[in-house]
Amino acid sequence: MFNEMKMDDQIREPYRALVEWMEASGPEVLEQKRLEAETLFRKIGITFAVYGEGGDPERLIPFDLIPRIFTAGEWRKLERGVKQRARALNTFLYDVYHNAEIIKAGIVPADLVFKNAAFEPAVIGIDPPRKVYSHIVGVDIVRTGPEDFYVLEDNCRTPSGVSYMLENREIMMRMFPDLFKSLRIEPVESYPDMLLKTLKSIAPDKCDRDPNIVVLTPGAMNSAYYEHSFLADQMGVELVEGQDLFVSDGRVYMRTTRGPERVDVIYRRIDDAYIDPLCFRPDSVLGVPGLMNVYRSGGVAICSAPGAGVADDKAIYTYVPDMIRFYLGQEPILNNVPTWKCGKPDDLKYVLENLGELVVKEVHGSGGYGMLVGPASTKEEQVAYAERIKADPGDFIAQPTLALSACPTFVESGIAPRHVDFRPFCLVGDNIRLAPGGLTRVAMREGSLVVNSSQGGGVKDTWIMTD
Amino acid sequence: MLSRTADNLFWLSRYVERAENMARLMEMGYRMALMPAVGDGNRSEWESVLSASGCHAGYDPNAPLRQEEVANFLIFSRENPSSIINCFEAARASARAMRTAITAEMWDALNSSLMELRRPSMHNLAKNELPEFIDWVKKQGALFRGSTDSTILRNDGYDFIRLGTFIERADNTARLLDVKYYVLLPETSMVGDGVDNYQWTTVLRAASSLRAFHWVYRDDYSPYRIAHFLILNPFSPRSLAHCAEQITQHLERLARHYGQRHPVHGQSVEMYSMLTQSDMEEIFSTGLHGFLSDFQGRNRALSAAIAETYHFGGQ
Repeated sequence: MFNEMKMDDQIREPYRALVEWMEASGPEVLEQKRLEAETLFRKIGITFAVYGEGGDPERLIPFDLIPRIFTAGEWRKLERGVKQRARALNTFLYDVYHNAEIIKAGIVPADLVFKNAAFEPAVIGIDPPRKVYSHIVGVDIVRTGPEDFYVLEDNCRTPSGVSYMLENREIMMRMFPDLFKSLRIEPVESYPDMLLKTLKSIAPDKCDRDPNIVVLTPGAMNSAYYEHSFLADQMGVELVEGQDLFVSDGRVYMRTTRGPERVDVIYRRIDDAYIDPLCFRPDSVLGVPGLMNVYRSGGVAICSAPGAGVADDKAIYTYVPDMIRFYLGQEPILNNVPTWKCGKPDDLKYVLENLGELVVKEVHGSGGYGMLVGPASTKEEQVAYAERIKADPGDFIAQPTLALSACPTFVESGIAPRHVDFRPFCLVGDNIRLAPGGLTRVAMREGSLVVNSSQGGGVKDTWIMTD
Repeated sequence: MLSRTADNLFWLSRYVERAENMARLMEMGYRMALMPAVGDGNRSEWESVLSASGCHAGYDPNAPLRQEEVANFLIFSRENPSSIINCFEAARASARAMRTAITAEMWDALNSSLMELRRPSMHNLAKNELPEFIDWVKKQGALFRGSTDSTILRNDGYDFIRLGTFIERADNTARLLDVKYYVLLPETSMVGDGVDNYQWTTVLRAASSLRAFHWVYRDDYSPYRIAHFLILNPFSPRSLAHCAEQITQHLERLARHYGQRHPVHGQSVEMYSMLTQSDMEEIFSTGLHGFLSDFQGRNRALSAAIAETYHFGGQ
């Protein structure tokens, strides 16, 4: 296992100043800081609800005080790799809703795209502004060695967690002003500004003024409501619900105390199925009746574009390196994790024979639900899971259990290494932008590889050092 | 500002004010019930409280009209949309739906009121120590208004909050005065006897206005004076005249802020001048109850006009 702080009993370069500072401060100071940080989080009210678990709907995500650190060199590679991926994914989306060249070339199977539940026939042939579908791409990256980074999955719809990246930094700067003064850490607070620029840049052609932007939330009961209100607040735009918007004469308006006000760009945090009851689920009260018609006629931009989800499906994921080669004529900078597709007979056989060593996931699942972590599972769990796979092989993929890197983390017994992953947020509009940072998630239990907040994972601040 | 936000702010403060006024109504019922029954008073005090609260229709016709049952209905009943607990639930729900439009202090006040009210021990307090429970509710109202007053921006949102407060308060002061009508019919027949005077001072107490009244009128507890204090006196903080003045001022602020006047502005001025041009003699001779009913109708119409003008409610 790669420990990002220590290698061969040597403190690795990016962590040296931090370790020196921690040793000079002593455990009491750190414990004191930890308590202070928790109080701050409670006070700000950063919470995350977990569906279907009952209990406190306004629960805190565990925040770990020890930052995860990348050198400038490491970051440059990640940045290039993430941008390359975001560009390829958007090109793929434009392609599958237009000429489908990649399918004609026999690189991606037609069924995987056209029979995909996330494929949206309603937007075939539509040109979204700047031909961008996924404006915020969250790429989940894991590390297994000093130079070894793998992409675990892409999130092309509405990746969440960026508010933690910003709030974690805010808390860290309050807790450790000395460190921020003496070290050269790239700032991340430009993210809301970059997001606003990106959203403005995708205003529809019909928009003839400074575009009016809104964040569309399903409402206060949603688990990520805090993030929705935080982003709206940071960008200085309205946070609206479906009932606040209406369609009239081919445009979208919001109801304000001064009367109807036109809306040009909607950063929606609700799923495709709910955005327009006339077009999708008729029982949805979260969306805006008629929105899709306006979108199709270029009266409003929607971020992410309806139908963008077809690119972040776990079955499509396996083809992303091929997409990069096909569209960009480049070799992928970041590798995929080798993946077996249970829909292929040979792969299925291998997976069933090696369940104990593999991580198996549902193709359409997310949030760490419904997966099998082979080495951590019992024989009975494996047998039960094998039955599920056999019932519908095409619904599952498997990957080797990677030796995820670990970072020092505060746990009950003191400071110990815990496994981490990393999600930077890439913005795609007139430019491709990436704030120097991202969300580091950490599995708080010893040996656990599951970092999802819905499964008890925590978060860390991520520092990118300057040269 | 989003219309939904304005709607939430307006109703948030209405619900807090309503909870407090439910408590004030009960205070009146409680005190009046301590007096021996009046000869021709053909209804009980608690039934009067129910009638004045506007919740009588929802009350189980077979349930006894005693303090314990009526108070429980007005405080804890989930079926009664205006029960104190439902008022606080609705206020907190409005607040949560627009966290960015209110301050942390306001949120904290609403949140802690509701959390406390949900405790089982509150049932015992209300059952055994109703006056103490009533004081608690009044304090929660004060806490919310105080937090609002000292923390919120003086923008259009502030105006919608204050409009909600004074629309609801005007309605409730009219209801308080009406309890008196339900207890004693007709008002004018027994003016001046001991019980009558006691009941009138009870109205003052429930409006937290007994001491203020002393300062203004000394010891002249005549029904005219008391009714004047709660209806026409612009210095009395719960009087209809003061509420109407505040409503008019906040609507004027909105007109300046948005640079546009609407029919609702005239409507509010008209309600205010109706009050400044009335005198008590005339109100009593044409009938207090009729006057109050007319006022409540105007107030309701004004509330609906505000919602319509600023594009919220009934969409």
